[in-house]
Amino acid sequence: MALNITDIKRIAHLARIDISEAEAGATLTKLTGILGLIEQMQAVDTTGIVPMSHSQDLVQRLREDVITAINERELFQANAPVLGNGSAEKAVDGGLYLVPKVID
Amino acid sequence: MINNSLKTLSQMLAKKEISSVEMTQTFLNRINQYNPSINAYIALDNAKTLAQAKVADARIAAGNAAPLTGIPFAQKDIFCAKGWQTTCGSKMLANFIAPYDAHVVAQFDAAGAVNLGKTNMDEFAMGSSNETSYFGGVKNPWDFDRVPGGSSGGSAAAVAARLCAAATGTDTGGSIRQPASLCGFTGLKPTYGLVSRYGMIAFASSLDQAGPMAKSAEDCALMLNVMAGFDVRDSTSLNHPKEDYTRGLSQMTGDKPLNGLKIGLPKEFFGDGLDANVAKVVQDAIAEYKKLGAELIEISLPSSHLSIPVYYVLAPAEASSNLSRYDGVRYGHRAAEYSDLNDMYMKSRAEGFGAEVKRRILIGTYVLSAGYYDAYYLKAQQIRRLIADDFVQAFKQCDIIMGPTAPSTAFKAGEKADDPVAMYLQDVYTIATNLAGLPGMSIPAGFSNGLPVGLQLMGNYFDEARMLEVAHAYQQVTDWHLAMPKGIE
Repeated sequence: MALNITDIKRIAHLARIDISEAEAGATLTKLTGILGLIEQMQAVDTTGIVPMSHSQDLVQRLREDVITAINERELFQANAPVLGNGSAEKAVDGGLYLVPKVID
Repeated sequence: MINNSLKTLSQMLAKKEISSVEMTQTFLNRINQYNPSINAYIALDNAKTLAQAKVADARIAAGNAAPLTGIPFAQKDIFCAKGWQTTCGSKMLANFIAPYDAHVVAQFDAAGAVNLGKTNMDEFAMGSSNETSYFGGVKNPWDFDRVPGGSSGGSAAAVAARLCAAATGTDTGGSIRQPASLCGFTGLKPTYGLVSRYGMIAFASSLDQAGPMAKSAEDCALMLNVMAGFDVRDSTSLNHPKEDYTRGLSQMTGDKPLNGLKIGLPKEFFGDGLDANVAKVVQDAIAEYKKLGAELIEISLPSSHLSIPVYYVLAPAEASSNLSRYDGVRYGHRAAEYSDLNDMYMKSRAEGFGAEVKRRILIGTYVLSAGYYDAYYLKAQQIRRLIADDFVQAFKQCDIIMGPTAPSTAFKAGEKADDPVAMYLQDVYTIATNLAGLPGMSIPAGFSNGLPVGLQLMGNYFDEARMLEVAHAYQQVTDWHLAMPKGIE
């Protein structure tokens, strides 16, 4: 399953990472090498083997339906990024995060 | 003082031979002197550190000291520490001030330990040389031209250069053990789920595990006593009864303290790809174990050669999901210029992540994408079971498994930086235990051309106490773990 430049751009878009033409070329070379390493798996017959997603057989714990978190909005929003597009303000306003308009 | 064990440091504090403030200042002075060249620490806050030392001194004076009270430690920058810059080695989090403490940090704090600062690391723990850090590489204290290993490279160099009494690390595919081997100290990756991941920035959640990085097995045991324990805030934390990991260490005396111990030697760990000088040092260490009374048994881990391919499907897959949270909205880097929401995501992530992190996100995205899931992700999960089953069979024949930690000694900076596949092979002997969720250790076993070599110990689930005893027995009859790099005395 050889990758090409179009694949790299498609994957980068799925991952929401902007990629230039030059970067896509370099990435193609590196990813092809890594996938070559991964390809060794295909030599193994895994028919009937139950996939292992985790090393421990865990069940999700339940807890009482009570409030455990306290409101620390100001503390958390102190880490908000700078708004950008010419503004040096933090991307928060009235306790809300500011993002570009998504609904007209 | 800088080469003293944690136990000795604790006794010095108890006897008032030195205060925690003085001890802490000694290490801060060393950091001031050596860190500009080594680059082990990426966040220091002397006022905060010394305030903690003062509190520790008051606690000691009041007679309420715990075993680690007043001793200065370094924290890997993957752990959130309230009020501290916490970056995970990334530009993405370069301005992030942790609003809360990781469980591990809180445990050290409750024990009265002092935090010297945050240590450098490969970006988001993705690397084996510390070269992917946004804050620059770290020098190996044994040879400044060489890497300390990774991803816990800053903690590793800090321990080796005695810029802390000991440090914390995390290990997803070998990130405690491989640097322990390359920098010549003792490091332990516990059983998955033993140490809470709460507040530890996620890379690959089914593999990530925190552990101690210290001079000796005894030091690691004392630290694990503080770090291990059930935490309701981590859904994969195991409700395992509290243990005293030092309990058996004092019995490791006499001629043959390991009589009856069966050591399994996987034949796959001594084949092609292992440096001949490293192999010699490891074989000599194993011969020493025979003298201590252990029985050596050849075993086989027939699927272990598939660990790297499996890991480079599963770890990137989990990483691509975990790192989707960095979108420039609530915290982390946001691009300076963008047109719409999608453009903001795309540019913020392109600018905030380094090349290796992007590569792994892209691999993870690819193996999870429509049409490829079965061939890659599901297949890797199936082989993961084969790898784990190998260990189940092996532990029917032996108590502990031993082999090399890393295929070579520390390599030169830049040597593998542009070749991801060559870099990935550094973890060829360590990844299998992460996939199986088993505990593993690396202990100093000697030198090859002046560079440290580590011996790896692998134990069954929850066998940390036994592993620490086995390591301690060796450290009672050898002094490799006390060797210090030249020029940092």
